[in-house]
Amino acid sequence: MEYAFQAEGLVKRYGRTTALAGVDLAARTGTVLGVLGPNGAGKTTAVRILATLLRPDAGRATVGGLDVVADAPRVRRMIGLTGQYASVDEDLTGLQNLVLIGRLLNLRGTRAKARAAELLRDFELTEAGGRQVKTYSGGMRRRLDLAASLVGRPDVIYLDEPTTGLDPAKRDDIWHVVRALVADGATVLLTTQYLEEADALADEISVVDHGRVIAHGTPAELKRIVGGQTVLVRPADPGRLAEAAAVLAEVSGHQPESTGRGVVTVPVDGDAAFTEVVRRLDRRGIAVTELSLRLPSLDEVFFALTGKHTEVAA
Amino acid sequence: MTALAARPAVVDREAARRPFALARHSLALARRSLIKTMRSPEQLLDVTLQPVIFVVLFVYLLGGAVSGSTHDYLQTLLPAIMVQTTVFGGMATGVNLNADIGKGVFDRFRSLPIGRSAPLIGSVLGDLIRYVVAVVSLLVFGSLMGFRVETGVLPALAACLLAILFAFSLSWAFVLVGMVVRQPGAVQGVGFLVLFPLTFGTSMIAPAETLPGWLRSWVEVNPVTHVMDASRGLMVGGPVAASAAWALAWSALFVAVFAPLAVRAYRRRA
Repeated sequence: MEYAFQAEGLVKRYGRTTALAGVDLAARTGTVLGVLGPNGAGKTTAVRILATLLRPDAGRATVGGLDVVADAPRVRRMIGLTGQYASVDEDLTGLQNLVLIGRLLNLRGTRAKARAAELLRDFELTEAGGRQVKTYSGGMRRRLDLAASLVGRPDVIYLDEPTTGLDPAKRDDIWHVVRALVADGATVLLTTQYLEEADALADEISVVDHGRVIAHGTPAELKRIVGGQTVLVRPADPGRLAEAAAVLAEVSGHQPESTGRGVVTVPVDGDAAFTEVVRRLDRRGIAVTELSLRLPSLDEVFFALTGKHTEVAA
Repeated sequence: MTALAARPAVVDREAARRPFALARHSLALARRSLIKTMRSPEQLLDVTLQPVIFVVLFVYLLGGAVSGSTHDYLQTLLPAIMVQTTVFGGMATGVNLNADIGKGVFDRFRSLPIGRSAPLIGSVLGDLIRYVVAVVSLLVFGSLMGFRVETGVLPALAACLLAILFAFSLSWAFVLVGMVVRQPGAVQGVGFLVLFPLTFGTSMIAPAETLPGWLRSWVEVNPVTHVMDASRGLMVGGPVAASAAWALAWSALFVAVFAPLAVRAYRRRA
Protein backbone atom coordinates (compact mmCIF):
# COMPACT_ATOMS: atom_id res chain seq x y z
CA MET A 1 0.00 0.00 0.00
CA GLU A 2 1.32 3.42 -0.89
CA TYR A 3 0.73 6.15 1.62
CA ALA A 4 0.65 9.79 0.57
CA PHE A 5 1.45 10.73 4.13
CA GLN A 6 2.13 8.74 7.23
CA ALA A 7 2.65 9.66 10.86
CA GLU A 8 3.91 7.19 13.44
CA GLY A 9 3.94 7.68 17.17
CA LEU A 10 3.82 11.47 17.07
CA VAL A 11 4.39 13.04 20.48
CA LYS A 12 4.22 16.75 21.17
CA ARG A 13 4.36 18.36 24.59
CA TYR A 14 3.98 21.95 25.63
CA GLY A 15 5.45 22.26 29.07
CA ARG A 16 3.42 19.84 31.17
CA THR A 17 0.60 19.60 28.66
CA THR A 18 0.75 16.69 26.26
CA ALA A 19 -0.89 17.68 22.98
CA LEU A 20 -0.05 14.43 21.22
CA ALA A 21 0.67 11.22 23.09
CA GLY A 22 1.69 8.92 20.23
CA VAL A 23 -0.51 9.46 17.20
CA ASP A 24 -0.49 7.32 14.07
CA LEU A 25 -2.18 8.68 10.96
CA ALA A 26 -1.92 7.59 7.35
CA ALA A 27 -3.77 7.99 4.09
CA ARG A 28 -3.33 6.16 0.81
CA THR A 29 -2.77 8.29 -2.25
CA GLY A 30 -5.97 9.72 -3.64
CA THR A 31 -8.07 9.20 -0.52
CA VAL A 32 -9.47 11.36 2.26
CA LEU A 33 -8.48 10.70 5.84
CA GLY A 34 -10.95 12.19 8.30
CA VAL A 35 -9.53 13.10 11.69
CA LEU A 36 -12.43 13.38 14.05
CA GLY A 37 -12.18 14.81 17.52
CA PRO A 38 -13.30 17.56 19.89
CA ASN A 39 -11.50 20.85 20.47
CA GLY A 40 -8.17 20.26 22.13
CA ALA A 41 -7.90 16.64 21.01
CA GLY A 42 -4.64 17.36 19.17
CA LYS A 43 -5.97 17.55 15.61
CA THR A 44 -4.39 20.89 14.80
CA THR A 45 -1.07 19.91 16.40
CA ALA A 46 -0.92 16.79 14.22
CA VAL A 47 -1.71 18.83 11.11
CA ARG A 48 0.95 21.40 11.98
CA ILE A 49 3.56 18.65 12.31
CA LEU A 50 2.57 17.12 8.96
CA ALA A 51 2.69 20.62 7.43
CA THR A 52 6.30 21.13 8.69
CA LEU A 53 5.23 23.96 10.99
CA LEU A 54 6.05 22.07 14.19
CA ARG A 55 8.68 19.50 15.09
CA PRO A 56 7.45 16.44 16.92
CA ASP A 57 9.12 15.63 20.24
CA ALA A 58 9.04 11.96 19.28
CA GLY A 59 7.80 9.83 16.40
CA ARG A 60 8.14 10.60 12.74
CA ALA A 61 6.02 11.69 9.82
CA THR A 62 6.55 11.44 6.10
CA VAL A 63 4.87 12.99 3.10
CA GLY A 64 5.46 11.23 -0.20
CA GLY A 65 8.12 9.20 1.62
CA LEU A 66 10.02 12.33 2.70
CA ASP A 67 10.58 13.12 6.35
CA VAL A 68 8.75 16.28 7.45
CA VAL A 69 11.67 17.39 9.61
CA ALA A 70 14.75 16.33 7.63
CA ASP A 71 13.25 17.01 4.20
CA ALA A 72 11.00 19.92 5.15
CA PRO A 73 11.83 22.08 2.10
CA ARG A 74 10.89 19.29 -0.32
CA VAL A 75 7.81 18.35 1.68
CA ARG A 76 6.63 21.97 1.42
CA ARG A 77 6.54 21.64 -2.36
CA MET A 78 3.98 18.86 -2.09
CA ILE A 79 1.56 20.23 0.48
CA GLY A 80 -1.22 22.78 0.78
CA LEU A 81 -2.53 23.96 4.12
CA THR A 82 -5.83 25.53 5.04
CA GLY A 83 -5.80 26.42 8.69
CA GLN A 84 -8.66 26.57 11.11
CA TYR A 85 -8.40 30.35 11.00
CA ALA A 86 -8.12 31.83 7.57
CA SER A 87 -4.45 32.15 6.71
CA VAL A 88 -4.78 34.92 4.18
CA ASP A 89 -3.80 38.57 4.48
CA GLU A 90 -6.76 40.74 5.42
CA ASP A 91 -5.25 43.95 4.07
CA LEU A 92 -4.63 42.53 0.63
CA THR A 93 -7.30 41.84 -1.95
CA GLY A 94 -8.26 38.28 -2.79
CA LEU A 95 -6.37 38.57 -6.07
CA GLN A 96 -3.25 40.01 -4.41
CA ASN A 97 -3.24 37.16 -1.90
CA LEU A 98 -3.34 34.50 -4.59
CA VAL A 99 -0.81 36.25 -6.83
CA LEU A 100 1.59 36.59 -3.89
CA ILE A 101 1.43 32.87 -3.23
CA GLY A 102 1.91 32.15 -6.92
CA ARG A 103 5.03 34.34 -6.91
CA LEU A 104 6.32 32.57 -3.81
CA LEU A 105 5.80 29.28 -5.67
CA ASN A 106 8.03 30.60 -8.45
CA LEU A 107 5.30 31.29 -10.98
CA ARG A 108 6.24 34.08 -13.32
CA GLY A 109 4.09 37.21 -13.13
CA THR A 110 1.64 36.42 -15.89
CA ARG A 111 1.23 32.80 -14.84
CA ALA A 112 0.71 33.79 -11.23
CA LYS A 113 -2.06 36.18 -12.29
CA ALA A 114 -3.64 33.61 -14.61
CA ARG A 115 -3.62 30.95 -11.89
CA ALA A 116 -5.11 33.43 -9.39
CA ALA A 117 -7.88 34.37 -11.82
CA GLU A 118 -8.60 30.71 -12.47
CA LEU A 119 -8.92 29.94 -8.77
CA LEU A 120 -11.06 33.01 -8.09
CA ARG A 121 -13.39 31.76 -10.80
CA ASP A 122 -13.45 28.21 -9.46
CA PHE A 123 -14.33 29.52 -6.02
CA GLU A 124 -16.84 32.11 -7.25
CA LEU A 125 -14.78 34.98 -5.97
CA THR A 126 -14.06 36.71 -9.27
CA GLU A 127 -16.20 39.73 -8.43
CA ALA A 128 -14.77 40.02 -4.94
CA GLY A 129 -11.20 39.50 -6.18
CA GLY A 130 -10.43 43.21 -6.20
CA ARG A 131 -11.68 43.84 -2.66
CA GLN A 132 -9.69 43.67 0.56
CA VAL A 133 -10.20 40.38 2.34
CA LYS A 134 -11.32 42.16 5.51
CA THR A 135 -14.56 42.98 3.68
CA TYR A 136 -15.25 39.29 2.93
CA SER A 137 -17.89 37.19 4.68
CA GLY A 138 -16.79 34.15 6.68
CA GLY A 139 -17.68 31.80 3.84
CA MET A 140 -15.80 33.86 1.26
CA ARG A 141 -12.71 33.90 3.46
CA ARG A 142 -12.78 30.14 3.81
CA ARG A 143 -13.09 29.76 0.06
CA LEU A 144 -10.18 32.13 -0.53
CA ASP A 145 -8.14 30.32 2.08
CA LEU A 146 -8.83 27.03 0.36
CA ALA A 147 -7.99 28.57 -3.01
CA ALA A 148 -4.73 29.88 -1.54
CA SER A 149 -3.68 26.39 -0.51
CA LEU A 150 -4.35 25.10 -4.03
CA VAL A 151 -2.29 27.61 -6.02
CA GLY A 152 0.55 25.14 -6.46
CA ARG A 153 -1.74 22.15 -7.10
CA PRO A 154 -0.37 20.28 -4.10
CA ASP A 155 -0.45 16.48 -3.96
CA VAL A 156 -1.38 16.49 -0.29
CA ILE A 157 -3.86 18.95 1.17
CA TYR A 158 -4.49 19.54 4.86
CA LEU A 159 -7.84 21.03 5.73
CA ASP A 160 -8.07 21.89 9.40
CA GLU A 161 -11.77 22.17 10.28
CA PRO A 162 -12.60 23.82 6.97
CA THR A 163 -16.33 24.03 7.65
CA THR A 164 -16.49 24.89 11.35
CA GLY A 165 -18.84 27.83 11.72
CA LEU A 166 -20.15 27.71 8.15
CA ASP A 167 -23.84 27.40 7.33
CA PRO A 168 -24.96 24.21 5.55
CA ALA A 169 -24.97 25.68 2.03
CA LYS A 170 -21.42 27.02 2.41
CA ARG A 171 -20.40 23.72 3.94
CA ASP A 172 -21.72 21.89 0.88
CA ASP A 173 -19.55 24.11 -1.32
CA ILE A 174 -16.46 23.07 0.61
CA TRP A 175 -17.48 19.40 0.46
CA HIS A 176 -17.86 19.73 -3.28
CA VAL A 177 -14.34 21.12 -3.56
CA VAL A 178 -12.89 18.32 -1.44
CA ARG A 179 -14.51 15.72 -3.69
CA ALA A 180 -13.22 17.49 -6.79
CA LEU A 181 -9.69 17.53 -5.35
CA VAL A 182 -9.75 13.83 -4.66
CA ALA A 183 -11.22 13.10 -8.09
CA ASP A 184 -8.22 15.02 -9.35
CA GLY A 185 -5.83 12.64 -7.61
CA ALA A 186 -4.96 14.65 -4.50
CA THR A 187 -4.82 13.19 -1.02
CA VAL A 188 -6.67 15.07 1.69
CA LEU A 189 -6.39 15.15 5.46
CA LEU A 190 -9.54 16.69 6.85
CA THR A 191 -10.03 17.43 10.51
CA THR A 192 -13.54 17.90 11.75
CA GLN A 193 -15.77 17.86 14.79
CA TYR A 194 -18.67 16.38 12.83
CA LEU A 195 -19.10 12.68 12.21
CA GLU A 196 -21.51 13.64 9.46
CA GLU A 197 -18.75 15.46 7.61
CA ALA A 198 -16.22 12.68 8.08
CA ASP A 199 -18.87 10.19 6.93
CA ALA A 200 -19.65 12.23 3.83
CA LEU A 201 -16.06 12.75 2.71
CA ALA A 202 -13.60 10.39 4.29
CA ASP A 203 -12.48 7.00 3.06
CA GLU A 204 -11.13 6.29 6.51
CA ILE A 205 -11.61 8.01 9.83
CA SER A 206 -9.26 8.28 12.80
CA VAL A 207 -10.96 9.38 16.00
CA VAL A 208 -8.61 11.31 18.29
CA ASP A 209 -9.01 12.22 21.92
CA HIS A 210 -6.46 13.60 24.38
CA GLY A 211 -3.67 13.23 21.86
CA ARG A 212 -4.38 9.60 21.01
CA VAL A 213 -6.14 7.78 18.19
CA ILE A 214 -8.91 5.95 20.01
CA ALA A 215 -10.54 4.38 16.95
CA HIS A 216 -9.78 3.99 13.28
CA GLY A 217 -11.74 2.52 10.41
CA THR A 218 -13.93 3.18 7.44
CA PRO A 219 -17.05 5.24 8.14
CA ALA A 220 -19.12 2.04 7.96
CA GLU A 221 -16.89 0.28 10.48
CA LEU A 222 -16.97 3.23 12.80
CA LYS A 223 -20.72 3.54 12.65
CA ARG A 224 -20.98 -0.13 13.50
CA ILE A 225 -18.90 0.48 16.61
CA VAL A 226 -20.78 3.52 17.76
CA GLY A 227 -24.22 2.12 17.06
CA GLY A 228 -24.92 3.54 13.65
CA GLN A 229 -27.76 5.98 13.57
CA THR A 230 -30.09 7.52 16.05
CA VAL A 231 -33.85 7.86 15.77
CA LEU A 232 -35.32 10.97 17.35
CA VAL A 233 -39.02 11.40 18.10
CA ARG A 234 -40.89 14.44 19.40
CA PRO A 235 -44.55 13.60 20.10
CA ALA A 236 -47.04 16.38 19.37
CA ASP A 237 -48.51 15.75 22.81
CA PRO A 238 -45.65 15.84 25.36
CA GLY A 239 -47.81 13.65 27.61
CA ARG A 240 -47.28 10.72 25.27
CA LEU A 241 -43.47 10.81 25.53
CA ALA A 242 -43.41 7.60 27.57
CA GLU A 243 -45.48 5.78 24.94
CA ALA A 244 -43.14 6.97 22.19
CA ALA A 245 -40.17 5.80 24.26
CA ALA A 246 -41.82 2.38 24.60
CA VAL A 247 -42.14 2.13 20.82
CA LEU A 248 -38.47 2.99 20.36
CA ALA A 249 -37.47 0.42 22.96
CA GLU A 250 -39.50 -2.31 21.23
CA VAL A 251 -38.00 -1.64 17.83
CA SER A 252 -34.38 -1.06 18.79
CA GLY A 253 -33.97 -3.31 21.76
CA HIS A 254 -32.08 -0.46 23.48
CA GLN A 255 -33.13 1.77 26.32
CA PRO A 256 -34.19 5.16 24.83
CA GLU A 257 -32.77 8.32 26.25
CA SER A 258 -34.88 11.39 26.94
CA THR A 259 -33.09 14.69 26.99
CA GLY A 260 -36.01 16.22 28.82
CA ARG A 261 -37.18 18.62 26.15
CA GLY A 262 -40.07 16.57 24.88
CA VAL A 263 -37.71 14.49 22.75
CA VAL A 264 -36.74 10.87 23.02
CA THR A 265 -33.84 9.23 21.15
CA VAL A 266 -32.50 5.73 20.68
CA PRO A 267 -29.63 4.24 18.67
CA VAL A 268 -30.70 1.85 15.90
CA ASP A 269 -28.66 -0.66 13.97
CA GLY A 270 -30.07 -0.38 10.47
CA ASP A 271 -32.16 1.85 8.22
CA ALA A 272 -35.08 -0.60 8.39
CA ALA A 273 -35.66 0.25 12.04
CA PHE A 274 -36.74 3.73 11.11
CA THR A 275 -39.57 2.48 8.91
CA GLU A 276 -40.67 0.19 11.70
CA VAL A 277 -40.75 3.08 14.20
CA VAL A 278 -42.91 5.11 11.81
CA ARG A 279 -45.28 2.20 11.31
CA ARG A 280 -45.75 1.53 15.03
CA LEU A 281 -46.16 5.18 15.96
CA ASP A 282 -48.86 5.43 13.32
CA ARG A 283 -50.60 2.28 14.52
CA ARG A 284 -50.84 3.69 18.05
CA GLY A 285 -51.97 7.04 16.79
CA ILE A 286 -49.06 8.97 18.30
CA ALA A 287 -48.81 12.21 16.34
CA VAL A 288 -45.28 13.62 16.06
CA THR A 289 -43.91 17.08 15.30
CA GLU A 290 -40.37 15.89 14.76
CA LEU A 291 -39.06 12.55 13.58
CA SER A 292 -35.56 12.03 12.29
CA LEU A 293 -32.83 9.53 11.60
CA ARG A 294 -29.39 10.94 12.07
CA LEU A 295 -25.79 9.97 12.55
CA PRO A 296 -24.45 10.17 16.07
CA SER A 297 -23.00 13.48 17.17
CA LEU A 298 -19.36 13.68 18.12
CA ASP A 299 -20.41 13.51 21.73
CA GLU A 300 -22.32 10.29 21.13
CA VAL A 301 -19.38 8.80 19.24
CA PHE A 302 -17.17 9.56 22.20
CA PHE A 303 -19.68 8.22 24.63
CA ALA A 304 -19.83 4.97 22.68
CA LEU A 305 -16.04 4.71 22.38
CA THR A 306 -14.93 5.87 25.80
CA GLY A 307 -18.00 5.77 28.00
CA LYS A 308 -17.43 9.47 28.65
CA HIS A 309 -18.86 12.57 27.13
CA THR A 310 -16.53 15.00 25.40
CA GLU A 311 -15.22 17.52 27.86
CA VAL A 312 -15.55 20.37 25.45
CA ALA A 313 -19.01 20.41 23.93
CA ALA A 314 -18.74 20.41 20.17
CA MET B 1 -18.85 25.79 -7.92
CA THR B 2 -17.39 24.51 -11.12
CA ALA B 3 -15.11 21.55 -11.13
CA LEU B 4 -11.49 22.39 -10.59
CA ALA B 5 -9.35 22.42 -13.67
CA ALA B 6 -7.35 19.29 -14.32
CA ARG B 7 -4.03 19.20 -12.54
CA PRO B 8 -1.01 19.23 -14.81
CA ALA B 9 1.57 20.71 -12.48
CA VAL B 10 1.33 24.45 -12.65
CA VAL B 11 4.20 24.91 -10.33
CA ASP B 12 7.47 24.15 -11.90
CA ARG B 13 8.79 21.83 -9.25
CA GLU B 14 12.33 22.59 -10.22
CA ALA B 15 11.70 26.29 -10.42
CA ALA B 16 13.18 26.84 -7.02
CA ARG B 17 16.49 26.19 -8.70
CA ARG B 18 15.91 29.30 -10.73
CA PRO B 19 18.52 31.72 -9.51
CA PHE B 20 17.88 34.37 -6.89
CA ALA B 21 14.91 32.51 -5.41
CA LEU B 22 15.44 34.13 -2.02
CA ALA B 23 15.67 37.58 -3.58
CA ARG B 24 12.54 37.06 -5.67
CA HIS B 25 10.56 35.70 -2.73
CA SER B 26 11.74 38.50 -0.46
CA LEU B 27 10.76 41.10 -3.03
CA ALA B 28 7.31 39.54 -3.47
CA LEU B 29 6.86 39.73 0.30
CA ALA B 30 8.26 43.27 0.41
CA ARG B 31 5.55 44.19 -2.06
CA ARG B 32 3.00 42.76 0.35
CA SER B 33 4.33 45.00 3.15
CA LEU B 34 4.25 47.95 0.83
CA ILE B 35 0.63 47.33 -0.13
CA LYS B 36 -0.29 47.06 3.54
CA THR B 37 1.44 50.35 4.36
CA MET B 38 -0.27 52.11 1.46
CA ARG B 39 -3.62 50.76 2.63
CA SER B 40 -3.23 52.33 6.03
CA PRO B 41 -1.17 55.51 5.66
CA GLU B 42 -1.90 56.41 9.29
CA GLN B 43 0.90 53.96 10.07
CA LEU B 44 3.27 56.55 8.66
CA LEU B 45 2.38 59.19 11.27
CA ASP B 46 5.37 58.28 13.42
CA VAL B 47 7.77 59.02 10.57
CA THR B 48 6.01 62.17 9.35
CA LEU B 49 4.50 64.04 12.28
CA GLN B 50 6.86 63.05 15.09
CA PRO B 51 10.04 64.46 13.52
CA VAL B 52 8.23 67.65 12.63
CA ILE B 53 7.23 68.10 16.26
CA PHE B 54 10.79 67.43 17.42
CA VAL B 55 12.21 69.93 14.96
CA VAL B 56 9.76 72.66 15.95
CA LEU B 57 10.25 72.05 19.68
CA PHE B 58 14.01 71.87 19.66
CA VAL B 59 14.56 74.73 17.22
CA TYR B 60 12.40 77.20 19.11
CA LEU B 61 13.15 75.93 22.62
CA LEU B 62 16.91 75.47 22.34
CA GLY B 63 17.96 77.20 19.16
CA GLY B 64 18.64 80.56 20.82
CA ALA B 65 20.42 79.06 23.80
CA VAL B 66 22.59 76.56 21.96
CA SER B 67 23.42 78.27 18.69
CA GLY B 68 22.43 81.87 19.26
CA SER B 69 19.97 81.73 16.38
CA THR B 70 17.18 79.42 15.40
CA HIS B 71 18.42 79.23 11.81
CA ASP B 72 21.95 78.14 12.76
CA TYR B 73 20.50 75.58 15.10
CA LEU B 74 18.15 74.22 12.44
CA GLN B 75 21.13 73.70 10.13
CA THR B 76 22.89 71.46 12.66
CA LEU B 77 19.77 69.85 14.09
CA LEU B 78 17.90 68.75 10.99
CA PRO B 79 20.45 66.26 9.60
CA ALA B 80 20.57 64.67 13.05
CA ILE B 81 16.79 64.54 13.44
CA MET B 82 16.69 62.83 10.06
CA VAL B 83 18.89 60.07 11.46
CA GLN B 84 16.86 59.84 14.65
CA THR B 85 13.62 59.56 12.68
CA THR B 86 14.80 56.78 10.42
CA VAL B 87 16.20 54.87 13.39
CA PHE B 88 12.85 55.16 15.16
CA GLY B 89 11.20 54.05 11.92
CA GLY B 90 13.22 50.85 12.13
CA MET B 91 11.70 50.08 15.49
CA ALA B 92 8.25 50.07 13.87
CA THR B 93 9.41 47.21 11.64
CA GLY B 94 9.97 45.08 14.72
CA VAL B 95 6.65 46.10 16.25
CA ASN B 96 4.68 45.46 13.06
CA LEU B 97 6.36 42.16 12.42
CA ASN B 98 5.62 41.02 15.95
CA ALA B 99 1.93 41.72 15.40
CA ASP B 100 1.98 40.25 11.91
CA ILE B 101 3.69 37.00 12.78
CA GLY B 102 0.87 35.88 15.06
CA LYS B 103 -1.57 35.93 12.17
CA GLY B 104 -2.44 32.87 10.15
CA VAL B 105 -0.83 34.20 7.02
CA PHE B 106 2.61 33.55 8.52
CA ASP B 107 1.64 29.91 8.95
CA ARG B 108 1.05 29.82 5.25
CA PHE B 109 4.43 31.39 4.51
CA ARG B 110 6.03 28.77 6.74
CA SER B 111 4.29 25.98 4.85
CA LEU B 112 5.56 27.23 1.48
CA PRO B 113 8.82 26.11 -0.11
CA ILE B 114 10.56 29.47 0.39
CA GLY B 115 13.62 30.46 2.36
CA ARG B 116 12.97 30.80 6.07
CA SER B 117 14.36 34.29 6.02
CA ALA B 118 12.22 35.53 3.11
CA PRO B 119 9.26 36.80 5.20
CA LEU B 120 11.61 38.74 7.46
CA ILE B 121 13.69 40.18 4.65
CA GLY B 122 10.46 41.08 2.85
CA SER B 123 9.12 43.00 5.84
CA VAL B 124 12.37 44.84 6.43
CA LEU B 125 12.70 45.75 2.74
CA GLY B 126 9.03 46.78 2.48
CA ASP B 127 9.54 49.14 5.38
CA LEU B 128 12.22 51.02 3.45
CA ILE B 129 9.29 53.09 2.24
CA ARG B 130 8.90 54.38 5.80
CA TYR B 131 12.41 55.78 5.80
CA VAL B 132 11.95 57.38 2.42
CA VAL B 133 8.70 59.01 3.56
CA ALA B 134 10.42 60.16 6.77
CA VAL B 135 13.37 61.73 4.97
CA VAL B 136 11.27 63.40 2.29
CA SER B 137 8.71 64.85 4.69
CA LEU B 138 11.41 66.09 7.03
CA LEU B 139 13.36 67.77 4.24
CA VAL B 140 10.23 69.42 2.84
CA PHE B 141 9.20 70.69 6.27
CA GLY B 142 12.77 71.72 7.10
CA SER B 143 13.11 73.76 3.94
CA LEU B 144 9.84 75.51 4.77
CA MET B 145 11.39 76.44 8.11
CA GLY B 146 14.48 77.72 6.37
CA PHE B 147 16.83 74.75 6.24
CA ARG B 148 19.28 74.96 3.33
CA VAL B 149 21.67 72.31 2.03
CA GLU B 150 25.09 73.98 1.94
CA THR B 151 27.01 71.31 0.09
CA GLY B 152 25.24 70.02 -2.99
CA VAL B 153 22.57 67.67 -4.22
CA LEU B 154 24.78 64.57 -4.34
CA PRO B 155 26.27 64.88 -0.85
CA ALA B 156 22.80 65.61 0.55
CA LEU B 157 21.48 62.53 -1.20
CA ALA B 158 24.36 60.53 0.22
CA ALA B 159 23.41 61.78 3.70
CA CYS B 160 19.84 60.53 3.19
CA LEU B 161 21.04 57.17 1.91
CA LEU B 162 23.46 56.79 4.81
CA ALA B 163 20.70 57.49 7.34
CA ILE B 164 18.43 54.98 5.59
CA LEU B 165 21.13 52.34 5.36
CA PHE B 166 21.97 52.68 9.03
CA ALA B 167 18.32 52.53 10.10
CA PHE B 168 17.77 49.50 7.88
CA SER B 169 20.75 47.74 9.45
CA LEU B 170 19.72 48.58 12.99
CA SER B 171 16.12 47.54 12.29
CA TRP B 172 17.34 43.91 12.33
CA ALA B 173 17.92 44.35 16.05
CA PHE B 174 14.28 45.34 16.47
CA VAL B 175 13.22 42.43 14.27
CA LEU B 176 15.14 40.19 16.65
CA VAL B 177 13.34 41.73 19.64
CA GLY B 178 10.07 41.30 17.75
CA MET B 179 10.79 37.59 17.31
CA VAL B 180 11.73 37.01 20.93
CA VAL B 181 9.09 39.09 22.70
CA ARG B 182 5.42 38.04 22.72
CA GLN B 183 3.58 41.37 22.59
CA PRO B 184 3.94 44.26 20.11
CA GLY B 185 3.72 46.66 23.07
CA ALA B 186 6.71 44.97 24.67
CA VAL B 187 8.73 45.43 21.49
CA GLN B 188 7.93 49.12 21.64
CA GLY B 189 8.84 49.26 25.33
CA VAL B 190 12.23 47.65 24.76
CA GLY B 191 12.70 49.78 21.65
CA PHE B 192 12.17 53.09 23.44
CA LEU B 193 14.42 51.99 26.27
CA VAL B 194 17.23 51.48 23.78
CA LEU B 195 16.45 54.31 21.40
CA PHE B 196 16.32 57.21 23.81
CA PRO B 197 19.93 56.88 25.01
CA LEU B 198 20.96 55.85 21.51
CA THR B 199 19.46 58.84 19.68
CA PHE B 200 19.49 61.56 22.36
CA GLY B 201 22.86 60.53 23.77
CA THR B 202 24.50 62.05 20.72
CA SER B 203 25.60 65.34 19.30
CA MET B 204 22.03 65.87 18.09
CA ILE B 205 20.71 68.61 20.38
CA ALA B 206 23.90 69.97 21.92
CA PRO B 207 27.59 70.02 20.93
CA ALA B 208 29.51 67.14 22.50
CA GLU B 209 32.11 69.56 23.88
CA THR B 210 29.57 71.00 26.31
CA LEU B 211 28.71 67.65 27.91
CA PRO B 212 30.05 66.19 31.19
CA GLY B 213 32.86 63.68 30.72
CA TRP B 214 30.94 60.45 31.22
CA LEU B 215 28.20 61.48 28.82
CA ARG B 216 30.73 62.72 26.36
CA SER B 217 32.47 59.34 26.40
CA TRP B 218 29.18 57.67 25.58
CA VAL B 219 28.37 60.16 22.85
CA GLU B 220 31.75 59.58 21.24
CA VAL B 221 31.36 55.79 21.03
CA ASN B 222 27.66 55.86 20.18
CA PRO B 223 27.24 54.62 16.58
CA VAL B 224 24.32 57.00 16.06
CA THR B 225 26.62 59.98 16.74
CA HIS B 226 28.79 58.93 13.82
CA VAL B 227 25.82 58.70 11.49
CA MET B 228 24.56 62.09 12.62
CA ASP B 229 28.00 63.69 12.24
CA ALA B 230 28.36 62.19 8.77
CA SER B 231 24.90 63.38 7.73
CA ARG B 232 25.63 66.85 9.05
CA GLY B 233 28.91 66.97 7.22
CA LEU B 234 27.32 65.81 3.98
CA MET B 235 24.47 68.34 4.18
CA VAL B 236 25.91 71.47 5.72
CA GLY B 237 29.66 70.89 5.48
CA GLY B 238 32.35 69.70 7.82
CA PRO B 239 34.47 66.56 8.19
CA VAL B 240 32.78 63.43 6.84
CA ALA B 241 35.25 60.65 6.08
CA ALA B 242 35.88 59.24 9.56
CA SER B 243 32.30 59.40 10.80
CA ALA B 244 30.95 57.99 7.52
CA ALA B 245 33.40 55.10 7.72
CA TRP B 246 32.29 54.39 11.29
CA ALA B 247 28.64 54.59 10.24
CA LEU B 248 29.16 52.10 7.43
CA ALA B 249 31.14 49.77 9.66
CA TRP B 250 28.48 49.81 12.35
CA SER B 251 25.79 49.18 9.73
CA ALA B 252 27.63 46.15 8.41
CA LEU B 253 28.14 44.86 11.93
CA PHE B 254 24.48 45.25 12.85
CA VAL B 255 23.29 43.33 9.80
CA ALA B 256 25.93 40.64 10.27
CA VAL B 257 24.99 40.10 13.91
CA PHE B 258 21.27 40.76 14.16
CA ALA B 259 19.95 39.44 10.84
CA PRO B 260 21.10 35.83 11.42
CA LEU B 261 19.94 35.97 15.04
CA ALA B 262 16.54 37.32 13.97
CA VAL B 263 16.12 34.59 11.35
CA ARG B 264 17.10 31.96 13.89
CA ALA B 265 14.62 33.32 16.43
CA TYR B 266 11.92 33.34 13.74
CA ARG B 267 12.58 29.70 12.88
CA ARG B 268 12.36 28.71 16.50
CA ARG B 269 9.16 30.55 17.11
CA ALA B 270 6.47 28.01 16.33
